[in-house]
Amino acid sequence: MRFYFVGIATLIGLALTSLFIGVSDVSIASLLTLGPDSRPAQVLVISRIPRTLAVMLAGASMAIAGLVMQMVVRNRFVEPSTIGTVESASLGFLVVTLLAPNWPITAKMLVAAAFALAGTALFLRILKLVPLRDPLLVPLIGIMLGGVIGAVTTFFAYRFDLLASLLAWTMGDFSGILQGRYELLWIGFIGMLLAWFAADRFTVAGLGQNLTTSLGLNYNAVVNLGLVIVSMVTACVVVTAGIVPFLGLIVPNVVSLLIGDNMRRAVPWVAISGAASLLACDIFGRVIRAPYEIPISIVVGVIGSGVFIYLLLRKPYDAR
Amino acid sequence: MTRAEPSSKVMQRPTRVILGLTAVALIAIACFMLIGASANWGFILPFRGTKVLALMLVGYAVAVSTVLFQTVTANRILTPAIMGFDSLYILIQTTIVFFFTSQALASIDPRLQFLIEVVVMATFSGILFQWLFMSGNRSLHLLVLVGIVCGVFFRSLSGLMQRMLDPNEYLVLQDTFFASFNTIDHSLLGISAAIVGVASLAGLKLMPYLDVLTLGRPAAISLGVPYKATVSAILVVVAMLVSVSTALVGPITFFGLLIVSLAHAMAGSSKHRYILPISILLGIICLVGGQAILERLFDFNTALSIIIEFIGGVVFIILVLRGAMR
Repeated sequence: MRFYFVGIATLIGLALTSLFIGVSDVSIASLLTLGPDSRPAQVLVISRIPRTLAVMLAGASMAIAGLVMQMVVRNRFVEPSTIGTVESASLGFLVVTLLAPNWPITAKMLVAAAFALAGTALFLRILKLVPLRDPLLVPLIGIMLGGVIGAVTTFFAYRFDLLASLLAWTMGDFSGILQGRYELLWIGFIGMLLAWFAADRFTVAGLGQNLTTSLGLNYNAVVNLGLVIVSMVTACVVVTAGIVPFLGLIVPNVVSLLIGDNMRRAVPWVAISGAASLLACDIFGRVIRAPYEIPISIVVGVIGSGVFIYLLLRKPYDAR
Repeated sequence: MTRAEPSSKVMQRPTRVILGLTAVALIAIACFMLIGASANWGFILPFRGTKVLALMLVGYAVAVSTVLFQTVTANRILTPAIMGFDSLYILIQTTIVFFFTSQALASIDPRLQFLIEVVVMATFSGILFQWLFMSGNRSLHLLVLVGIVCGVFFRSLSGLMQRMLDPNEYLVLQDTFFASFNTIDHSLLGISAAIVGVASLAGLKLMPYLDVLTLGRPAAISLGVPYKATVSAILVVVAMLVSVSTALVGPITFFGLLIVSLAHAMAGSSKHRYILPISILLGIICLVGGQAILERLFDFNTALSIIIEFIGGVVFIILVLRGAMR
C-alpha cells in the first residue's frame, strides 16, 4: 500500500509540474490574484490541463497495450511499435485522409484502428509460420513487418505529396494538444479498464490454447479481445499525438523486474508507471530546450531504445 | 561449399553471370544517360555523369561493405546497415556539428571534415563491433535485434541533438543530414572516390583470407589466418565504405542485404572472387537502372529508396523465416 502511495504521489507531482511549466506564465499566485477569466486561467484550462491529461492517458494506455500484447503473444519484447500495429494504424490514417478527408476524427480513428487490427492479425499469422519460436525472432519479424508497412505508407504519402504531413503526424508530439483535441484518448482509457477487468483471462491465455480451453475459457475470444484493445489504444494515440515508440515495451518489463509477473497486480503499476514515465519525458522535452520543444517521440526513442538494448543484453538472459 | 569444377572449355556459371551482368549494367548506364536527353550535351554530360558516378560509387560501396561484413560475421543475414552502422555514421556527423558551430565548420574544408568523420567512424564502428561480437556467444537473432535497436538508438540520439541545435544552424545543416538519391552530395564525390579506391586496394590485399574467414573463427584460426589483424583491417575497410555511401545518399537499410542475397542465389558459388563482382554489378544495376526507370519512365524522383526498403524488408522476413524453419 505504501508503494502505491509513493507511485501516485510521484504521478501527481509530475502532473502539477506539467501544469505550471511553459512559455506562458501560469502560477498559483497569478491564478489567485487574476481570477478565473484571466489569461493564465484560460491557458491552464485550454492548454495545460488537456495536455497533461493527454500525456497521462496516452502513457498509461500504451503501457497497458504493451502488457496485453506481451501476455497474448507470450513474449516479453512485443508491443504495438515492434509488431507493425503502429505502422498499420498510420497507414490507415493516411488512407482515410486521402479518400475521405472530411470525415470526423472519430471515424478516421476507427479506420486507423481497423487497419491496426488487420496489421496485428497479419503479424500473428506470420508467427504461426514459424514452428520453433525463438523468443527473439518474434520482435525481429514484427519490426521488419512494421518497416515493410511503413514503406508502403511512405510510398503513398510520396505519390500524393503528403510526405511532409506524414512526418508531422507520425512524430509523436503533444505540443498541439488543446481542449477538444485529445478526448479520443479516453477511448484508450476505456480499453485500459477493460484490460484490467480481463487481466486474469489474458494471464490464462498466455498459457497457450490447449490449457486455456481446458480451463474453460474461449481462447480465440480472449485473444481477439486483446487485439481489439491494443488496436484501439494504438489508433487513438497515433491519431491524437503520433508514434510513441517502445513505451509499451519498457514499462511492463521494468515493472515486472520490480514486482514480478502477476498481471492482476501489475496492471495498476504498469498504468501508473506508464503515465509517469511519459509525463516525465514530456516535461524533459519541454524544459531542456525552452522556449522550444523537443518532440516526445525523440525523447522516448532515446530512452526507450537504450533500455531495450539493456533488457536484451541483460544477464542472466531470459526473454519469456 | 565446393562444387565439382567443370574442366571443359565451356565457361563456368559464375563467369557467365558476371559477363551477363556487366552487359546489363552497361545498358542501364546507357539508358540513364541517353533516355530523354534532348538538351545539349555540354549540360547533360556533367549533370547526368556525376549522378551516374555517384550511384555507381554507392552501389559499389554498399555491395563490398556488405559482402565483407557477412564474411567477418560468417553469416548471410547481418549487414552493416542492419547492425546500425549507417545510423552510427549519421550520429557521428551530428555530434561533430553539435560540438562545433556551423561557422567553425564552414571555415574548414568539407573534404577534411569528411575525412575526420571517416576516421572517427572507423574507430567507433570497431568498438561497436567488438562490443557486439567479441563478448560471449550470442545468438544470431539477439545480434540482429540488438543491431536494429542500436540503429534506432543512434537515430533518436542524432534526432535529439539536431533538435538541440540552434534552429538557424539546423536549417543550414539540414541539407547535409538528409542526403538522398535525389539530393546526392556532389561536393564529396572526389574524396569519396579516393576513399573507395584506398579501401579497395586494402581489400585486395585481404582477398586471399576472405574465403577462409567464411568458415568461421575457429576454422580460420586453425588454418593460419592472422584472425584479429585481418578482422580489424576488414572492419576499417567496411567503415570507410559505409561512411562513403551514407554521406552520399543517406542510410538505406536493406539494400546491401538485397543485392548480396541475390548475388549468392545467382552465383551458385560462395567464392569471393565471384560474389564480390556479382554483388557490385547488381548494386550498380539496381541503383542506376532503377533510378533510370523511375526517373525517366515514371517521373518518380525519390521513390527508389522506398521501393528498395519495401522489397528488402520482405526478403529479410523470408530469409529469417526460412532460417527459422530449417
